[in-house]
Amino acid sequence: MSDATIPAKEEAALAVARIDWIPIALTVGIALAALPLVGSFPTWVTLTVAGLAMGMMIFIMASGLTLVFGLMDVINFGHGVFISVGAYVSLLVLWPLAGWVAAPSVVLNVSVLLLCILVAMATTGLFGWAFERVIVRPVYGQHLKQILVTMGGLIVVEQLIHVFWGASPITIALPETFRGAFAFGPDVVVERYRVIVVAVGLVVLAGMLLVLGRTRIGLLVRAGVENPEMVEALGYHIRRLFIGVFVMGSALAGLGGVMWGFYQQTLTAGMGMQVLVLIFIVVIIGGLGSIGGCFIGSLIVALVANYAAFLEPKIALVSNIALMLIVLLWRPQGLYPVNKH
Amino acid sequence: MLARLLSRDLPRSGALSAALLVILIGLAFAPFLFAGAQPLNVAAKICVFVLLVAAYDLLLGYTGIVSFAHTMFFGIGGYGVAIALARFDAGWGALALGIVAACALAGALALVIGLFSLRVRAIFFAMITLAVASVFAVLASQLSGITGGEDGLNYRVPELLRPSFRLFENPVFGTVVNGRIVTYYVVFAVALAGFLVLLRIVNSPFGRVLQAIRENDFRAEALGYPVVVYRSIASVISAVAAALAGILLALWLRYTGPDTTLSFTIMIDVLLMVVIGGMGTLYGAVIGATLMIMAENYLQVLMGRLSEATAGLPLLPALFSPDRWLLWLGILFVLSVYFFPAGIVGRLRAGAARNS
Repeated sequence: MSDATIPAKEEAALAVARIDWIPIALTVGIALAALPLVGSFPTWVTLTVAGLAMGMMIFIMASGLTLVFGLMDVINFGHGVFISVGAYVSLLVLWPLAGWVAAPSVVLNVSVLLLCILVAMATTGLFGWAFERVIVRPVYGQHLKQILVTMGGLIVVEQLIHVFWGASPITIALPETFRGAFAFGPDVVVERYRVIVVAVGLVVLAGMLLVLGRTRIGLLVRAGVENPEMVEALGYHIRRLFIGVFVMGSALAGLGGVMWGFYQQTLTAGMGMQVLVLIFIVVIIGGLGSIGGCFIGSLIVALVANYAAFLEPKIALVSNIALMLIVLLWRPQGLYPVNKH
Repeated sequence: MLARLLSRDLPRSGALSAALLVILIGLAFAPFLFAGAQPLNVAAKICVFVLLVAAYDLLLGYTGIVSFAHTMFFGIGGYGVAIALARFDAGWGALALGIVAACALAGALALVIGLFSLRVRAIFFAMITLAVASVFAVLASQLSGITGGEDGLNYRVPELLRPSFRLFENPVFGTVVNGRIVTYYVVFAVALAGFLVLLRIVNSPFGRVLQAIRENDFRAEALGYPVVVYRSIASVISAVAAALAGILLALWLRYTGPDTTLSFTIMIDVLLMVVIGGMGTLYGAVIGATLMIMAENYLQVLMGRLSEATAGLPLLPALFSPDRWLLWLGILFVLSVYFFPAGIVGRLRAGAARNS
């Protein structure tokens, strides 16, 4: 056993040494480099918080996709539709409880948000389970068919949303106390909802790190990403593990959908598809299958998009693609390559 | 002679040959066989899509890579001609400039995307093309100074191709041969020639290497064929052919906008045509494009009727509404990927092989 040969101290050192700090430093560097370009500190704070909030949402939505790929080599083009479904399902809570949304009470507002999240996650989780069974399972191991079939699934579900909720966009209101902004000092203004998004994102990240890093299931998932055959050989059902991750990833996409829906305040069936493009860019930048890469990638993409939109709106349209090309030139496998054995 | 023209890739099925012949004759004499503007429109669209879908099949069916940027190249062709004709005079020079610029841009862009994404993993290609195509669509609708934005561009085509032009004094077989019909035959001839060239390409040694890569890229590489290079070349050829199809559509419609060329719906249509017709055989493109465009034009009417007939029932009218056309296409698409991976052509050929 490794415990016998490597002293505990050295093992800890190995674990620490495995963290690659360059991409993290890069993220901070981008944020700091933008400060002189933006020119004014309060504007920079606003942009940075906006970028962080957006990055958190993208991370929440993308994490499931990247894990599913890492674990089973399944690329789910239908992932985007879970986001739309999550956002639309939250309407089931928002419409009956419109009074709670409009009430100027923090407790009622928070509970309405939590209810939305709960309902959305439960629905998309269940939906993910069905999607995995019906759409994904018959095409394991065939990339070409996977792409085609999951894309087909996305179209069908998007159209079903049209059938149930109508084709025109639906506007939703932010709960009363989430509107407006916090003011720090004389000029620094930060929108409240963005702070909430960052908080939710941090909770999700912490939860994910805890589960992946400190539990047995997390250990198996991580091992499965690196070497699925070995985990199978050791007697664990990688399939069951995979379904669990798929369901969890779908539920997270639903959560992301709720947050994104409130952020945009307009729901369209195509919203998931639009975000899916961002998610793909993030996942490619981060390294397919890497959760840490997904997090850093989300932050970089969102920060750059926000700074670019402020500095030169026309560039913002292509900034994501440009960023992706640069990263791929530098590290063709993404920021944190996942070593497949 | 015929075998040479078809690059010795014969239909190999009686029913398929018959169907192809009917389609060919129908398209070749469409202006004289059918009266009115609508059938000619459908025929021209079929020609354009046969070329577009055949080009896509070169990638999907023969090389085994999925691209979501095919409509982007289609759009580059359309916008190339549109911008050239709208900016400059509606002459042949401007048209030629638009064609050359569009094809060059499409080829160069395909090469860059290919070198970036195919170098690592083929699966990147699908994701990156989706991202690039969506950014391109946003750009086309945002840069309204160049592209006309959401409204698109209306423009005049060279004199010979205008409806007011008369090729002959007297009607031929009771049909006045005007500029529209000349345009139709330009579209038909270019599409046919493009299709035959693609057929030649997939049946060349180069095409065989592509198929080898589709079956087992690792092995192809080991046998000494640089996979990235072959995949990139295939993607460039496919992009240029798609741009050519876009040029034809732009000439035919005399209008180019995001909805006619860049929309994701068209991408889905193309995917469906390839899958239903049969992946990995160019004849599938002909069958798939013809069937789908016929269905699109005539089945939506049927859906409208169904929707009206079920008006009193819950949910059903919404499901059958002609706007939900894509829902049924999507279901059809998923089912055909599962159950008919070889498509109609594959079925027909298998049937013919069993009989003989």
